[in-house]
Amino acid sequence: MEHATKPHTTTDGIAPFAFSEDALSECRTILGRYPAEFSKSALIPILHIAQAENDGWLSVHAMNAVADLLKIQYIEVYEVATFYSMFNLHPVGKHVLEVCRTVPCMLRGSDDIIAHIGSRLGIEPGGTTPDGMFTLKAVECLGSCGTAPMLQCGAKYHEHLTIEKVDSLIEKLRGEPKRNNYTDR
Amino acid sequence: MGRQLLLEHIDKPGIRGLEAYRANGGYRSVEKALRTMSPEAVLEEVKKSGLRGRGGAGFPAGMKWSFLAKPEGVPRYLVVNADESEPGTFKDRYLMERIPHLLIEGIIPSCFAMGANTSYIYIRGEYFHIARILEQAIAEAYAAGWLGKNILGSGFDLDVFVHMGAGAYICGEETALLESLEGKRGNPRIKPPFPAVKGLWQRPTVVNNVETICAVVPIVNEGGEEYAKIGVGRSTGTKLISAGGHVNRPGVYEIELGIPVEEFLMSDEYCGGVSGGRPLKACIPGGSSVPILPAELLFRTAKFETRLMTYESLSDGGFQTGSMLGSGGFYVFNDTACIVRSTWNHSRFYHHESCGQCSPCREGTGWMEKILYRFEHGLARTDDIDLLWDVQRRIEGNTICPFGDAAAWPVAASIRHFRHEFEYHATHPTKVKDPKHCEKEPIPVPERSYAG
Repeated sequence: MEHATKPHTTTDGIAPFAFSEDALSECRTILGRYPAEFSKSALIPILHIAQAENDGWLSVHAMNAVADLLKIQYIEVYEVATFYSMFNLHPVGKHVLEVCRTVPCMLRGSDDIIAHIGSRLGIEPGGTTPDGMFTLKAVECLGSCGTAPMLQCGAKYHEHLTIEKVDSLIEKLRGEPKRNNYTDR
Repeated sequence: MGRQLLLEHIDKPGIRGLEAYRANGGYRSVEKALRTMSPEAVLEEVKKSGLRGRGGAGFPAGMKWSFLAKPEGVPRYLVVNADESEPGTFKDRYLMERIPHLLIEGIIPSCFAMGANTSYIYIRGEYFHIARILEQAIAEAYAAGWLGKNILGSGFDLDVFVHMGAGAYICGEETALLESLEGKRGNPRIKPPFPAVKGLWQRPTVVNNVETICAVVPIVNEGGEEYAKIGVGRSTGTKLISAGGHVNRPGVYEIELGIPVEEFLMSDEYCGGVSGGRPLKACIPGGSSVPILPAELLFRTAKFETRLMTYESLSDGGFQTGSMLGSGGFYVFNDTACIVRSTWNHSRFYHHESCGQCSPCREGTGWMEKILYRFEHGLARTDDIDLLWDVQRRIEGNTICPFGDAAAWPVAASIRHFRHEFEYHATHPTKVKDPKHCEKEPIPVPERSYAG
């Protein structure tokens, strides 16, 4: 798999990780959905919480904390985290712009949107701006073909994109101090 | 517009909430099933309806339910497949986002029929905002007594939970979905045993698509025979179609199975014609995994019969001259679209999404992507077409799950119907380096006939 990149395995200079009280209480709610003997089922939902608590990416510390919480081996977390495309294994910008590139969006102009964001921010898909503000990702079908082209930033879908809409979104996000997470309500 | 069994109330104000949903007749099927029917009677209605799985495979839902093993003292589960990720498909999202209670309502008589007391809705991670809508609707349903212990005093208990995925197309395959729900990588399982015998946590499980479960509501309300009166032959009832690509009115439409494809594409009630006032080049009628149909084969079959929106008519002619209804992801290409570029894009998708378990798929999808990259970027030779054909043919049928077929079919169909575009790319390397070359100068179509 192309996106099964090697996780960031060093711990030098990487901040330690601990769940906040709020996050732990949400983890307990999630654990309550599965029979106690199958608590590993909570792994993916809890990884989403860990990622949101760790500046949008899963460090080794964060993954180990999830393993300890679920009482499973570290490798069981690593093998899952490396499989799914929503888990970032390296630090990302404050606002991750995930632009759909699959055919239905391509037919409605997603190539131009990706190229425009790339040149405006001076990065290639997969890259992060030097100020740590934006990461650009080209991703596969997000189920928004009827409202294409589109991008996802955190939990929010931005649809019917035009170059002008993208420009004003970037300016708006630049002024937002808070990170956009998938888990945002 | 035909009958709207699922979308009738979708534009009513406040329909996302329980109050408006109930005021428009919501949860009647639960009252009917739990108060007046036995579990066997509900199953019988679903069988009579002829309802086929709406996720893409089209397997009869009633038959799937009847395979469910019922060992004493072992819990059974209904897992709703909301991992909608087939490119071109966005109908389940539309239902869950706009009218979430319809799905929750459908789950209740379905679980009642199966004797399942727990249901998980496995939703793709990118739909986090929709998961929140579902969670809110579930909380409303618990508070009103539609979920929980002893629903309507019937003695039937049911818990429903939303489970988040994290971005993996393969988790739409039911056994990969179950692996993922167990907290593992989404590697499909070898079948048998089927999920109906050993599914979630090795317990009997039915996995059904969102739209399939929603369709149980009108089936219980009106009866299976009424539902089966809509449609043609073994394609009964209504189906949601996601229309996208080069159409004037993209969106989700509920059709009565059996309307002509031409009506669906050209009528202002539905797609409203091909966008840009351009000629139609091709259409993928059932999501990215089904064969592409050239314009000549879309409205009429090779036998010159009217092509209908049904499972049978869309597959008429087999893969030589037909396609499939699949998930109903209907996307259209006008003459500014380059088939080589689209095929490369699809193969990049399948390479990206292969779970890597079976060698033919893991390696073959990568090879196909590389060869198609060369075509798209003016680096291929004409005989690379045969090489590409050879690679795709060695994937099909040689993998644990249907993903390998789904990766191979679009490539095979593109070569079958648009070989001239591949030849053009091999012989016009400078022109095709411009990704918009088809917008500037459409590729000439050779004289051809599909007759017979």
